[in-house]
Amino acid sequence: MTVQTERPPSGPADVRRTDDGGSGGPTPRAASRAGALAPYLLLLPACAATVLLLGWPLLKDVLLSFQNLNMAQLIQHVTEWNGVDNYKEVLTGEDFWRVTLRSILFTAVNVALTMVLGALTGLLLARLGKRMRLTLLIGLVLAWAMPVVAATTVYQWLFAQRFGVVNWVLDKLGWHSMADYSWTSSQMSTFFVVTLLIVWMSIPFVAINLYAATTTIPGELYEAASLDGAGAWRSFTTVTLPVLRPFLYATTFLEIIWIFKAFVQVFTFNGGGPDRLTEILPVYAYIEGVGNQHYGMGAAIAVLTVLIMLGLTAYYLRIVLKQEEDEL
Amino acid sequence: MNRSLFGRLWPNVTAAVLFVVFVFPVYWMFATAFKPTGDIISETPVWFPTEVTFEHFGTATDADHFWTYVRNSLTVTVLAVVFSLIIALAGSFALARMRFRGRRGFVIGFMLAQMAPWEVMVIAIYMIVRDASMLNSLVPLTAFYMMMILPFTVLTLRGFVAAVPKELEESAMVDGCTRAQAFRRVILPLLAPGLMSTSMFGFITAWNEFPLVLVLNKDAGAQTLPLWLSSFQTQFGNDWGATMAASSLFAVPILILFVFLQRRAVSGLTAGAVKG
Repeated sequence: MTVQTERPPSGPADVRRTDDGGSGGPTPRAASRAGALAPYLLLLPACAATVLLLGWPLLKDVLLSFQNLNMAQLIQHVTEWNGVDNYKEVLTGEDFWRVTLRSILFTAVNVALTMVLGALTGLLLARLGKRMRLTLLIGLVLAWAMPVVAATTVYQWLFAQRFGVVNWVLDKLGWHSMADYSWTSSQMSTFFVVTLLIVWMSIPFVAINLYAATTTIPGELYEAASLDGAGAWRSFTTVTLPVLRPFLYATTFLEIIWIFKAFVQVFTFNGGGPDRLTEILPVYAYIEGVGNQHYGMGAAIAVLTVLIMLGLTAYYLRIVLKQEEDEL
Repeated sequence: MNRSLFGRLWPNVTAAVLFVVFVFPVYWMFATAFKPTGDIISETPVWFPTEVTFEHFGTATDADHFWTYVRNSLTVTVLAVVFSLIIALAGSFALARMRFRGRRGFVIGFMLAQMAPWEVMVIAIYMIVRDASMLNSLVPLTAFYMMMILPFTVLTLRGFVAAVPKELEESAMVDGCTRAQAFRRVILPLLAPGLMSTSMFGFITAWNEFPLVLVLNKDAGAQTLPLWLSSFQTQFGNDWGATMAASSLFAVPILILFVFLQRRAVSGLTAGAVKG
């Protein structure tokens, strides 16, 4: 949940003495060898778990994507390799490309809305008086804390066809055709509600993080800017924005990852329907793989999904890794 | 003059509107859960319930297997958090306090692991778990939830360990403690707040997890609360009172944790990071 650029201070560990052996124990060499092994031993459980529980499933996914694995093979426990057939079928089919395009558009719209509205809310927080700020913070934290499945269920109720609050309000506002509207009946209306839900859930993280970042800007900088004759807009672009930029990058990156994988919201709200028209890539992989029991195909879609996700975030990922290497 | 009044007014008005936007769905969940059915299915919404009933909570908790789901969710979540804390504590100590070849690689590895696309790995995990004949069991669920929160736990604890002054540890060792003793007696007590907030985030992640349990455990006896909640509405038709009561029951532990955590989440985790 933290922002990726966050980095705890490395502490004074880096300046450890190098002449440990010189101070003289009885067996300095053996002691230092045990000391040299210690960090690896301490890391061993975490690494073993990662290899076994994360590395192996990833590898397995790639292996499965080269197999012909449907219900029959699953029941008989047979492994039938079929080379790149799954990929050929997926990539030459129309569905995959349609879903990919839809996923990217869906992610772009949601991330853009979340970032713009979240950043504005964060800046608003910084401007507010103490009492109003606390009030808004409480509201944001409540929305942030709502578990995804619970939030989706609540949105189903808000947008329910009968007795849903939203339809009632729209009707009262004079939009009478909406009085009995079924939001799950069409692609766009389903996406509308899911987008609203995701943006509603995601804004608090962006806003609160950004607000926290603004509190680190020393007031003197603004004073200096205004002494130099900078107006509100100019001091915003020259003082506030440069400080916030790394946070904006980092949160955008995280939101892209999170929203691209928004399986739960899409799946629990309308199951990818109506007529599979709101399936995004993770939902598509699940429904093809597990739902329709084309496990090999599903695995191939999963591999492609991961590749697309890496592509979308490659630019930022490179910055993060580079930064990490420089600083360690 | 007029303009400055406007200038003072609009942020507060916007904030008030935003507050309503963010709170309303949460409020509506609780309000519906406590309203008598007549007020829920009324042509005009009853904005403020005048009568309070616990009937819907009764319907929700009397649902088949409800207590099994609660028990499963708690077991899986608590065990996952405890295991990941133990494993992460050892690793984060090495990463924060020791200098060794490949340290950078380990940190980057955990950062990448934190971004693992679990939602699309469910098919592979299903095959692995099935081949091990462990479908409909809580063991793989615990193991994978542990793994989901492990990278975050390692990286966050690393920050907390690094924040404990090294001198404290050294002076304990001068006083005759071994490194392990110094860790247990000096660092561990100081880490308590860090362990708390890290484990709460882990708890939230594991408590909310949905796709994996959806694929792995088809038996009602091995399912968890998110699965129950997502199918609740289908099972109970349009009993929104009971559905919202079920949502409330599921959300309340997390809401409470978050309120506790909020201060630390914002000031601790992010402030420590800003310095980076």
